[in-house]
Amino acid sequence: MDFDALLLSRIQFAFTIAWHIIFPAFTIGLASYLAVLEGLWLLAKKPAFRNLYMFWIKIFALSFGMGVVSGVVMSYQFGTNWSVFAAAASPVIGPLLAFEVLTAFFLEASFLGVMLFGWRKVGPGLHFTATALVAAGTLLSAFWIISANSWMQDPAGFTRLPDGALRAVDWWRVIFSPTFPFRFLHMVLAAYLTTALTVGAASAWRLLRDPAEEESAIALKMAIGMFAIVAPLQLIAGDLSGKQVLTVQPAKLAAIEAFWESRTDQPFHVVAWPDRAQEKNHLVVEAPKLGSWIAAGSTGAFIKGLKAFPPQDRPPVFIVFWAFRVMVGLGLAMIALGVWGVFLIWRGALERTRPFLRSAVIMGPAGFVSVIAGWIVAEVGRQPYVIYGVLRTDQAVSPVGAGQVSVSLLAFIVVYGIIFTVGVVYIFRLIAEGPKPTAASDTEPPVRGRPPGYALGAAPDQPDEVEP
Amino acid sequence: MSLDLPLVWAGIIAIGVMMYVLLDGFDLGIGILFPFAETPEQRTVMMDTVAPVWDGNETWLVLGGGGLFAAFPLAYSALFPALYVPILLMLMALIFRGVAFEFRLRGRRAGKRFWTAAFSLGSLVATFAQGLVLGGFIQGVKLSGTAFAGGPFDWFSAYSLIVAVGLVAGYALLGATWLVWRTEGALHARARAWAWTAAAAVAVLLVVVSVATLLVHPAIAARWGVAGDGALDIAKLAPKLPIPLLGAVGLAIVAVSLRRGAHLWPFVGTILVFASGYLGLAVGFFPDIVPYGMTFRQAANPDNTLALLLVGAVILLPAIIGYSLWVYWIFRGKVGADAQLYH
Ligand code: HDD
Ligand code: HEM
Ligand code: HEM
Repeated sequence: MDFDALLLSRIQFAFTIAWHIIFPAFTIGLASYLAVLEGLWLLAKKPAFRNLYMFWIKIFALSFGMGVVSGVVMSYQFGTNWSVFAAAASPVIGPLLAFEVLTAFFLEASFLGVMLFGWRKVGPGLHFTATALVAAGTLLSAFWIISANSWMQDPAGFTRLPDGALRAVDWWRVIFSPTFPFRFLHMVLAAYLTTALTVGAASAWRLLRDPAEEESAIALKMAIGMFAIVAPLQLIAGDLSGKQVLTVQPAKLAAIEAFWESRTDQPFHVVAWPDRAQEKNHLVVEAPKLGSWIAAGSTGAFIKGLKAFPPQDRPPVFIVFWAFRVMVGLGLAMIALGVWGVFLIWRGALERTRPFLRSAVIMGPAGFVSVIAGWIVAEVGRQPYVIYGVLRTDQAVSPVGAGQVSVSLLAFIVVYGIIFTVGVVYIFRLIAEGPKPTAASDTEPPVRGRPPGYALGAAPDQPDEVEP
Repeated sequence: MSLDLPLVWAGIIAIGVMMYVLLDGFDLGIGILFPFAETPEQRTVMMDTVAPVWDGNETWLVLGGGGLFAAFPLAYSALFPALYVPILLMLMALIFRGVAFEFRLRGRRAGKRFWTAAFSLGSLVATFAQGLVLGGFIQGVKLSGTAFAGGPFDWFSAYSLIVAVGLVAGYALLGATWLVWRTEGALHARARAWAWTAAAAVAVLLVVVSVATLLVHPAIAARWGVAGDGALDIAKLAPKLPIPLLGAVGLAIVAVSLRRGAHLWPFVGTILVFASGYLGLAVGFFPDIVPYGMTFRQAANPDNTLALLLVGAVILLPAIIGYSLWVYWIFRGKVGADAQLYH
């Protein structure tokens, strides 16, 4: 159990989970979006909705596949790399992860088949139900995993036996631990925002080439509606989460804001270069007193600084401080984009305002960046604990050698590098093809007696199906 | 509650793992058989027979891992570090095989070729790695207290290699008989030929693995009533004889039904062969969950955790089985070449 295996396991876990979260952040929102599109198509029978559904479901299928395979990796890594954590935490959060499999993963995986391949096998109502169940599955999955993670952030409803083992005493409080509601809300909103920004960017990009494309105009408006409402809500949810951090994890809050001294009237550091060794900030741009007001709601609030904690109990401040600023900065930019978009829709000038369309394209990846930044704030800010106040990260690692872990980490970097690059290329190719009108006869469900696997949105125009 | 919760959970997890082996077994088997297809169209049809269901099949693997974590954490935390290398190898291979379902559709010439290869190599390596995991597990894991205390390559041995080869043959047989059932025409004829070859290989390897298993650990031989000097204890052996018998019956069903041109029966026979192999291995180590140093009772979570889990499982597992069957029912029937019209 040498130090290097610990460090390498941490890097490997951070890398693989950051890679995994890219896909849930997108597919949770996209599954709901597809359910809305299919519902609108069934209600209004407007071909544009069906074309959009057929278009986004292909991108969904690619992303979902990458989400699944990287998720399977996560559930095994608790054992391969964090076996001490697994053994200690399982009596309490074991059921949460098992319920995620039982309630969510089977639901998603089974109905995904119907969603992708059942268009001509089942009636429209059943097909819509399958889409809706996949969407529900993604939300259930987020529910359980955030519940488990929230318990690790602020454990509740358990007791410690004399030998140190953990036992649940109140399941309700384990599942709904104090920080869970706001963090779940914050994560779901983040997923919806991420999807809206991606859909918005793809549609804006298409409109830049062809302002008359009806589908893309509709999709862009839907996306703007989404971030105009959700981005401000996200600010509120994030602020509520932050206020909770102040009470349950004061050291994390001090790191988020780079507070060193404990005092009232904390300044707000707009930018700073926190220095752990010298216990101070360099290159500070600050707003006096605002820090206390943002974190606690009043300038007179007394807030602990990092010096109030022994050095070995302080989280890494630099990365937490900057990750937080990236997330919030992008969040504010999303709000601005929403306001601008709504204004343009109101003026009826959306499709022709190229600066806006370009901004929407540029903001496409902002959701992913914020999600990863947010998780860095939450997870790195919780250090040096893996179960806050209960189990330190350096005690949680498996008895494996640095050699194995460095090889597996390297392999992950190579494998994920290939998959990610190819996946993104294929998604861009699909976006370049754009939503195409689909012949009604081709999509009118259901055709009895079709072979299985006769899939949705069949594209017989796929030019080169041939293999050498 | 008087229910023996650890025992109930040992049963649920054993069934979950068995489900995984059978269900993802035929998916992986199709990948293993991929290189032997005559045309790209045949490969596409082969993939189409499993495309709507593979994800649900793989979820049983997540249930196996997640269930072990939730019900028997000490086993989870002892076994996984011990089997670190083959588990990670399996995961990486499953990544390639999993994304290949979609990526192969989107690839143009070179891309398509690459993802075709990734699908079959991924399936082969994942199967082989699962065999190594199984072999490493059966031959025993070195513990100190409840933690793994061995080296990174303890799992590597002639025995685990034999098991891995055996599993490849077994999955190939599952895949081939699945194709016999679900395809028609030229591909169906090929699948019959594959099934014959795979069945012959399985028959040989089943014997080899059985003998090797008796030799790999004295505890196993003792269970079967085989003493160190080769003497047989009939009283111990007799009650277990139905297990190898089941395997023989399974193989006979495969052979007879293949000869008679049946479509579904070869697959059923293969399932019996797997059931026999599975039970045969289980007899050797049960009630250990980390052979040969930790029983499932020692590894189990406290009763309040297992009870909560059971409430969930009792409600959810029947529902899962129900809708999984429904999905299979939706996609029933023969898959032909026109199925390659994909989204
Ligand atoms: C907020 C959401 C979220 C977060 C924080 C995580 N996941 Fe995840 N996961 C999902 C949301 C999700 C999802 C939306 O349900 C996915 C993504 C795409 C998909 O296929 O399902 C998924 C897939 C997925 C799968 C495959 C499911 C299948 O076979 O269908 C597994 C095993 C995991 N995840 C496990 C984990 C673990 C162990 C995590 C933590 C360490 C984790 N996920 C973080
Ligand atoms: C999906 C979004 C998530 C991201 C991006 C993320 C990111 C990270 C990062 C960056 C670390 C490393 C911190 C450090 O070592 O300094 C970490 C640690 C950890 N996280 Fe998360 N996390 C996520 C979700 C979760 C969830 C849902 C769980 C559990 C249910 C979890 C469990 C852990 C554990 C066990 C560690 C300790 C290992 C370590 O310190 O590296 N994480 N995470
Ligand atoms: C706009 C202002 C925002 C504020 C004030 C804010 C605040 C916070 C805070 C305080 C945390 C840490 C919570 C913890 O450690 O328990 C956090 C985490 C997080 N943030 Fe934000 N956030 C904002 C915007 C965003 C945006 C725009 C996104 C993504 C689109 C996002 C995604 C996340 C995620 C995924 C996490 C980790 C999960 C969690 O702990 O809830 N945030 N945020």
